[in-house]
Amino acid sequence: MAPSAVPAPRVKRPTSGLRAWLGVVPFFLFAILFLILPSIKLFVGAFADNEGQFTFKNILQLFTEPSILNAYWLSIRISAVTAIGGGIFGFLLAYSVTIGGLPKALRTMLITFSGVASNFAGVPLAFAFVATLGRTGFVTALLKDVFHFSIYDTGFSLYSFAGLSFTYMYFQFPLMVLIMAPALDGLKREWREAAENLGASRTQYWLRVALPVLLPSILGSMILLFGNAFGAYATAYALTGGALPIVTIQIGAQIRGDVLHNPGLGYAMAMGMVFIMAVSLAGYSWLQGRTERWLR
Amino acid sequence: MSTQASSGPASNERSRAARIFTRRAFPLWSWLWFILGALYFILPLYATLDFSLRMERDTIGLKAYAEAFADPGFARTFGYSVFLAVVTILVSILLVVPTAYWIRLRLPEARRIVEFITLLPFVIPAIILVFGMIRIYSSPVNLPFTDIRLLAPLTTSKFGTNVLIVAGYIVLGLPYMYRSVDTGMRTVDVRTLTEAAQSLGANWLTIMARVVLPNVRTALLSGALLTFAIVVGEVVLASYLGLPTFGPYLFLLGQHRAYEPAALTFTTFLLTWAAMGIIQLVTGGQGQVAGAH
Amino acid sequence: MAFLSIQHATKTFAQSSAVEDFNLEIEKGELVSFLGPSGCGKTTTLRMVAGFEVPTSGRIELDGVNITSRAPNQRNVGMVFQAYALFPNMTVADNVGFGLKVGKKRKDEIQKRTAEMLGLIRMPQLGDRYPYQLSGGQQQRVALARALAIQPQVLLLDEPLSALDAKIRVDLRSEIRRIQQTLGITTIYVTHDQEEALSISDRIVVMSAGRMEQVGTPFEIYNFPKTAFVASFVGTLNQLRCTVLDAGQGKLSFDGQTFTATAPIRAANGASVVAALRPEELHFGKYDGENQLTGKVEAVTFLGGIVRVRMVLGQSQITLDALNERKLTLPKVGDMQMVSFPPHACWVMAEN
Repeated sequence: MAPSAVPAPRVKRPTSGLRAWLGVVPFFLFAILFLILPSIKLFVGAFADNEGQFTFKNILQLFTEPSILNAYWLSIRISAVTAIGGGIFGFLLAYSVTIGGLPKALRTMLITFSGVASNFAGVPLAFAFVATLGRTGFVTALLKDVFHFSIYDTGFSLYSFAGLSFTYMYFQFPLMVLIMAPALDGLKREWREAAENLGASRTQYWLRVALPVLLPSILGSMILLFGNAFGAYATAYALTGGALPIVTIQIGAQIRGDVLHNPGLGYAMAMGMVFIMAVSLAGYSWLQGRTERWLR
Repeated sequence: MSTQASSGPASNERSRAARIFTRRAFPLWSWLWFILGALYFILPLYATLDFSLRMERDTIGLKAYAEAFADPGFARTFGYSVFLAVVTILVSILLVVPTAYWIRLRLPEARRIVEFITLLPFVIPAIILVFGMIRIYSSPVNLPFTDIRLLAPLTTSKFGTNVLIVAGYIVLGLPYMYRSVDTGMRTVDVRTLTEAAQSLGANWLTIMARVVLPNVRTALLSGALLTFAIVVGEVVLASYLGLPTFGPYLFLLGQHRAYEPAALTFTTFLLTWAAMGIIQLVTGGQGQVAGAH
Repeated sequence: MAFLSIQHATKTFAQSSAVEDFNLEIEKGELVSFLGPSGCGKTTTLRMVAGFEVPTSGRIELDGVNITSRAPNQRNVGMVFQAYALFPNMTVADNVGFGLKVGKKRKDEIQKRTAEMLGLIRMPQLGDRYPYQLSGGQQQRVALARALAIQPQVLLLDEPLSALDAKIRVDLRSEIRRIQQTLGITTIYVTHDQEEALSISDRIVVMSAGRMEQVGTPFEIYNFPKTAFVASFVGTLNQLRCTVLDAGQGKLSFDGQTFTATAPIRAANGASVVAALRPEELHFGKYDGENQLTGKVEAVTFLGGIVRVRMVLGQSQITLDALNERKLTLPKVGDMQMVSFPPHACWVMAEN
């Protein structure tokens, strides 16, 4: 694709000959080398046993091995909880700065911050939450000193399912806000006015028009949030050090040292995870398509 | 959030007042959600900042910051990360811009498949990507079904591992870089601009350099800043490929020290804020999102 | 007493006033158009009737009831928006039946009324379609059916045809007028297109910068405009600056030529005034009892049914519209031509 000694090019014509495809070769080459081949390696490896023969055993073992089932279930739970919780509160936040009537400046602040927060995930996020809700964290100490309420006495721990979920919200809320704010903007003012004009109250408008129109967006975003949480690794590892055996952490352990004593099984775990992510992305895309069609 | 407007002339004034009250003058619920959200987001940052300022007993000071920045490990790893980020951004631009342009102008058929490829990083998170990359590139790569060696094992050499991590970073940033550039090209309608330039006699090089690149500057900056933020904070690829970048350094620091990690964490936050702020300024309001790590 | 009465309605935003002292009495079954350029306040006035804007001062009465501060969902007026505003998540039938559903009408009643409405807009078989499957014109008809389904006392249309293609606009406006007359429903129609307003209205209100310029029938507005704004906004207008020779007899002098306009002229002899004349009232040739002016042909535009000739008379331009005929010989550019017009076709405009 070197812009070399080619003189003034011809006026555009749909050239779909072989020459045209040359232009995207570097991109495809890169994608094949560093995206597709690694994926294929894992995919193929999932179906191979220790002797290199084709087998379904690994895939089946995903469903029978208790530790693996446990890992998937844990990952699914934490992803679902943060997707739903993150989705609901994220929606409310997005609502408050769009239709909710807060000053424009707050909206800009929220959107900018959402971009920041979703990038803050990983090690820094874990450290920040330890400083807040760890045993000697700021909020922990505040509650103890001012309200005489010790949260760790109630059995709460930051390094648990609840704590990790709460931490995950730091990038789930912003993701929801960033998707829903434009969607809420897309609710035309005329719809509310038309509904009012026809006798509907605000509640009726929301129940019959606004929420149904937004539903594909909301569901799609929650699915995206689900996938987002499912694939998270660094935050969980930095916070819990591997104590919570979610799928990503298990896979990490498998990479370092074949803890499963079966490379094929490790690949199968990875494939299982990719499958779940793919389904969630497909679900999101389909729902996005529905939204766009309606809001033509 | 809702007011039932009651009927009858007497209550008109009342319902009108109620409408104004809940809608314009004071959206109570909206403020509630916003304040709760603000608390949730700000408290951890405040806690980090507070902790990072208390290294010296009984005083507020920047000692933790001084110590953290003075540590040779910091300079080494952070500089290395910045270096990797710059290389990633440059290669990314070289890869993405011509491709996006080519697809817009000459090869619309490839659009679907290229967009599919740019969505793959969402489906294949970093941990899986590094898994696959390590397994393939720790042995030599041969032409399929032959013994012809194409590539030496990348993971065994320093250079090779660096290539791998840059490639991995490019993959991680691909969705954002591509989408940003593609949208930028659509907004300025590169196709029409190119045709105008052609009708005025420009060749490909001139078009690329003088028409395309300048007009997607904003999109490039946006994508570049986002890539920068991703690379500097990245931990998974770096630790599994065994490279001394900033991410693993910060993590390790957290195991041994208390105040310096907090200082660096807060600094990371400020840096990310700066990057996002610039993006906001430059793009005028489009938020950019990176996923979880 | 009028059916819909708007009294001294004023709407001010921050520093500027969008509508100032709007007064209108509309009879039952009338179609009144609000006509004017963008920003003249016509939409704001409409929205005050609908309830989406509350007048800063003034009063709106519908059938004797004061509705000035009533909530929009309590007024029983039907509104059709420029952007259709059909609910995208509902079928055509559900959209049309929305107002009835909200009004808690019985299911069979809703079905009956919906079918009736779909028949009225001549789309009876499209009840199951979704808005995104319809063309712009179809969507607007559905919007009309939806507004009428609740049997409103007044129908309000806010530039309903602006977003549509030219051909559809012409068809649809006759359709709207037909439906309005069939149902006998009092209607306010906002538009910036004067042809639209002229062709379908019982009366027109011409507005400019928040104020009413003139109210009258289309014929009155076109042929007897009260202000220069109305005269030039509606239709093409020739304006000639002349000197008054004899006010009582309507004699004017222009570029050395004399002619007679509608008498008497409300200005002093010797004063400088503007005489107005519609292009279609001019014709080529010499006729008894008519004024004659001579000028040079500058441009000839063939518009199909009309031939528009632009001529230069002294320092001014004059436009003449002639009906097309197959035996017509088009005048040549550069020719000197004589044009004539009857005195009553020309009038002197008030200076303002």
